[in-house]
Amino acid sequence: MTDVAIRASEKDLRDTDLAAEDLHDRLSRAWGAKSGLIGWLSDVDHKAVGRRYIFTAFVFLALAGSAAALMRLQLARPESQLIGPDLYNQLFTMHGTTMMFLFAVPVMQAFAVYLAPLMVGTRNIAFPRLTLFSYYVYVLGGLMIWVAFLMNIGPDVGWFAYTPLSGPQFSPGKRSDIWAQMITFTEVSSLAVAVSVIVTVFKQRAPGMTLDRIPLLVWAMLVTSFLIMFAMPAVMLASTMLILDRLVGTHFFNYAEGGDTLLWQHLFWFFGHPEVYIIFLPGTGFVSQIVGTFSRRPVFGYLPLVLALVATGFLSFGLWVHHMFATGLPQLGASFFTASSMLIAVPSGLQIFCWIATLWGSRPVLATPMLFVLGFLFIFVLGGMTGVMVASVPIDLQVHDTYFVVAHFHYVLIGGAVFPLLGAVYYWFPKITGRLMSERLGKWNFWTAFIGFNVAFFGMHILGLMGMPRRVYTYQPDLGWGPLNMVSTAGALLLAASFGLFFINALVSMRSGAPAGNNPWGAGTLEWATPSPPPVYNFARYPIVRHREPLWAEGDELPVAHGLMVSQRELLITTLTEARPDLREGTPDGSIWPFIAALAVAVAFICSIFWAIAAVWGSALVGLTLIGWFWPKSVTEDVT
Amino acid sequence: MKLRPVTDLSGLPTYGYGPQSPIWWGTLGFMALEGMGFALAIGAYLYLYHLAPGWPLADRPPNHWPGTLMTAVLLLSAWPNKLVDRAGHEEDLPKVQRLLIVMSVIGLLTLVIRFWEFTQLYVRWDQNAYGSLLWLLLGLHYTHLITDVGDTLVLTALMFTKHARGKRFSDVSDNAFYWYFVIGAWLPMYVLIYWVPRW
Amino acid sequence: MVALSLPSVLTGCERWPDALDPKAPEAHDIAWLIWTFTGLLGAIWLAVVIAMLIAIRGGRRVAPPAAGATPLDALALHPAGERSRTVIVGVLGGLTALTVLVLTGLSYATQRSLFAPRQEGLSILVTGKQWWWELQYEDADPSRIVETANEIHVPVNVPVTLKLEASDVIHSLWVPRLMGKEDLIPGRQNVKRVFVTQPGVYRGQCAEFCGQQHAHMGLLIVAEPMADFERWRDRQRAEAASPSSDEQQAGHDAFLKRSCVMCHQIRGTDAGGRSGPDLTHVGSRMTLAAGTLPLTRGSLAAWIVDPHGVKPGVDMPLTKLEPDELNAIAAYLESLK
Repeated sequence: MTDVAIRASEKDLRDTDLAAEDLHDRLSRAWGAKSGLIGWLSDVDHKAVGRRYIFTAFVFLALAGSAAALMRLQLARPESQLIGPDLYNQLFTMHGTTMMFLFAVPVMQAFAVYLAPLMVGTRNIAFPRLTLFSYYVYVLGGLMIWVAFLMNIGPDVGWFAYTPLSGPQFSPGKRSDIWAQMITFTEVSSLAVAVSVIVTVFKQRAPGMTLDRIPLLVWAMLVTSFLIMFAMPAVMLASTMLILDRLVGTHFFNYAEGGDTLLWQHLFWFFGHPEVYIIFLPGTGFVSQIVGTFSRRPVFGYLPLVLALVATGFLSFGLWVHHMFATGLPQLGASFFTASSMLIAVPSGLQIFCWIATLWGSRPVLATPMLFVLGFLFIFVLGGMTGVMVASVPIDLQVHDTYFVVAHFHYVLIGGAVFPLLGAVYYWFPKITGRLMSERLGKWNFWTAFIGFNVAFFGMHILGLMGMPRRVYTYQPDLGWGPLNMVSTAGALLLAASFGLFFINALVSMRSGAPAGNNPWGAGTLEWATPSPPPVYNFARYPIVRHREPLWAEGDELPVAHGLMVSQRELLITTLTEARPDLREGTPDGSIWPFIAALAVAVAFICSIFWAIAAVWGSALVGLTLIGWFWPKSVTEDVT
Repeated sequence: MKLRPVTDLSGLPTYGYGPQSPIWWGTLGFMALEGMGFALAIGAYLYLYHLAPGWPLADRPPNHWPGTLMTAVLLLSAWPNKLVDRAGHEEDLPKVQRLLIVMSVIGLLTLVIRFWEFTQLYVRWDQNAYGSLLWLLLGLHYTHLITDVGDTLVLTALMFTKHARGKRFSDVSDNAFYWYFVIGAWLPMYVLIYWVPRW
Repeated sequence: MVALSLPSVLTGCERWPDALDPKAPEAHDIAWLIWTFTGLLGAIWLAVVIAMLIAIRGGRRVAPPAAGATPLDALALHPAGERSRTVIVGVLGGLTALTVLVLTGLSYATQRSLFAPRQEGLSILVTGKQWWWELQYEDADPSRIVETANEIHVPVNVPVTLKLEASDVIHSLWVPRLMGKEDLIPGRQNVKRVFVTQPGVYRGQCAEFCGQQHAHMGLLIVAEPMADFERWRDRQRAEAASPSSDEQQAGHDAFLKRSCVMCHQIRGTDAGGRSGPDLTHVGSRMTLAAGTLPLTRGSLAAWIVDPHGVKPGVDMPLTKLEPDELNAIAAYLESLK
């Protein structure tokens, strides 16, 4: 045989007859990232991207949390002189904007990027370069707005940026432009990740993972991605119109020239309400996985739970007007939105009942992930109840834009998303790092978070009913709001401390936690079939799925497929519903182009704030980088 | 955990067309979200139209001829687009090359027509909200035209290099798929921009 | 400066906002609805939490799976448990739907009564501005129109129509003891009906974030018997009182000489500015700067000498005045009862 022939056959080598160690070496070579800084920036492994995504989102959580702590210090006493109105308004805008656009949505997508490929049993996410690009766009958008804040040009018109306050006349300067552009950054990123996740779940499930064997968390991520796809364009359109009004003199929101003030609110809340479920649904997915594992049984009511996710997704698009009950809309229309808003209690309730039915009689071990799930049930259900209250037009007219609503949505979002998220970190940390987090610190973490949260936010219900509006930087002493605000601040500081414990636990455990092994919790889904942390290629051989909890059903022996290439990256593409093997398709190696393209996008977006014409040459620049990205670098890319 | 091989997948093809291919689904996903953007922009137009005392908020409606020409060109382009899609499936390189050149020319032509359209709206974007909406709708669709024409040009160039094989034929088919979306998205906008103000 | 608080003479009045201490039929209906929802939903919440605790700790423990068995084997052993779970979850789902239906009905019934048309009574045009409330008591007879700011006087037991507009950004009118919110939106007019049954002073505040001084955009609703209200209105219609002392006269002269007149109107004098609040009877109001300070001679001086110390970002500029000029202007304005 000639050299060329040997090399050719080496190139086409399949995994079929390779021994485990040889297979591992070859797959690691094919799937590993290049060394050096460029290699690091080019790494398209969904786990690397997912880890950085999760880490970055938690950095933004810490920043936004610090902003909240400062606001609470200012509000602790009436007429406090700690923070002036200008800084306070920037702080609450940065808090809301960062929590919604730079923490809550990205962190859920980050978990999807990390977990979805592992849970459906594939080797990488669909469109890995697009996912990497999304991550960089997200980081750059977040960086832009926080640098602006540090330069005292942070946005100050609220995360909802109502026109005309955010418009050219009442917000001169660049603050609102920076807000609007940040929206565009993060939405580009979220939309692209959503498409990647959907295609991963549709086309890359392991053979045999039919629709009714998809893990509940993956279902939640799928539905969430669809919500993103149909909700985020609304806020992108709105922020584009806003910035056009501000930069080139259009009149979309200018009533004097045929525009309309409320058009902004319709577009914003058409996105803004599904946004809540974009944050909450992945939380329910975490809860389903954790409840199932700790109850030592499959989650009760798989079908109702999936249908509840889908129903919630659909209903979430019919609720937006309940944010606008005080704007003077026709009353009959308003009561339609009361009914649809309350209706969402039905699928939410069903989910709660299914989880309790799963837990019933199981005497679960109350490890930290489970504690956070119980905390979730306690807090979220209360938030759901006040949600039913604000859905009622008359009640809403009293509590809208007061601290009652602040309490309500923190119960829903922290209870419904952050508690499950922290539980999820404790639960999957061993998979991601190979080490368990400390249980002792974990329990401290939970109890301080649980107590701190309730002390910080319960009193706000009462403050709202006492007449305290939202977004006030101070209040007069004789209004009687002082004592409850002081209590709330104390609780907020305890809550902040609990996050300190969480970060310490994560950092310490990463270095010195107990080794986890493949499956420390005895869970049943595919991600636990891999070593911890998983190798770059995830699965040495593609698993064959014959049950909803494959690891429980198959015992010690996992049926797998073989016949894939080992010298280059190849993914198994399966059919949409049955997940029958269909293609062995190539998937891209690492590339620096996503990073370069993201930089070009950032240059275009940021420059166009200052010179509208930059939108034109910036787009050309982005176009050039995209050609660089997509132009094939080797002939093998064409056939695989 | 032991792995027990039960299936041999070595015989599977390495690329596919249409719904077989993840790229096709990705394209569909982007069409869905962009379509949502179009739908919301159309909604915004109808909303302001509904609020306004009269429509259009200008001396006269836009000259419809550039838009009508655009509609005709786009509708007619569906035919070569279908042919290029089919040639891609057949992996017939010379035919693909010829048809891609045709599609590139048509694409460039639409960019020119669109430029003419902007000059014939008879209202500026900063005149009033009606003008803003026309420019927004036309601009939104313009970005899609530019994107797909750019993509077509790069793909045409690619099909004249050594890369013109294998999966690239599937890319040709996905590019054609997206062009249908560009055509389809235009039709409601055409009615909205040129004919609604005339009713 | 800001630490000046409203005087204790007012604390006896019913002015502290509290949605659950209603003084008007609308607020009363809503308070009832809030209590009903809270009671019912609170009970449901408690039941869920108790069920959760029983689920994890109480009840009969399911027999532990045999050694080596998987969680799926355990499940296969208890088909009856699964059947009863299905029935219970199904029933609870149905009950949830029923509860939602009942609450929607209650909400709708209250809403209908709130928005039931009432006959026209008094009509007041309220214009929200950054950061104060401009008021105009409408009347078919132009000479009976009253202009004032930040303090809405209404007669008790008379339906009052508030026409809500905004001249800059969105604001929202909210007086918790009397009524829910209604937004004031540029380019639109919303209508809010108020019907107060108990005399008293009720505090309200802007509820929609409206910029830097959103926190200091308060207002008072003063409900009084018809006779008192008519006396108040007649006084407000009159031109400003003439200065009755040398100091007031000096204040009057200084006011007209300085830039104050660019923005403020004092009917009966040459001061005719329209962009700030009408000061013709400013001395008759209880508060200054939209509910920010109690209206006293001292607070008037404090406000004039440094508006940005009290309300940073406010439109009112800092005017350089001699100390005696300042005192005189404060004395004059205080005298404008």
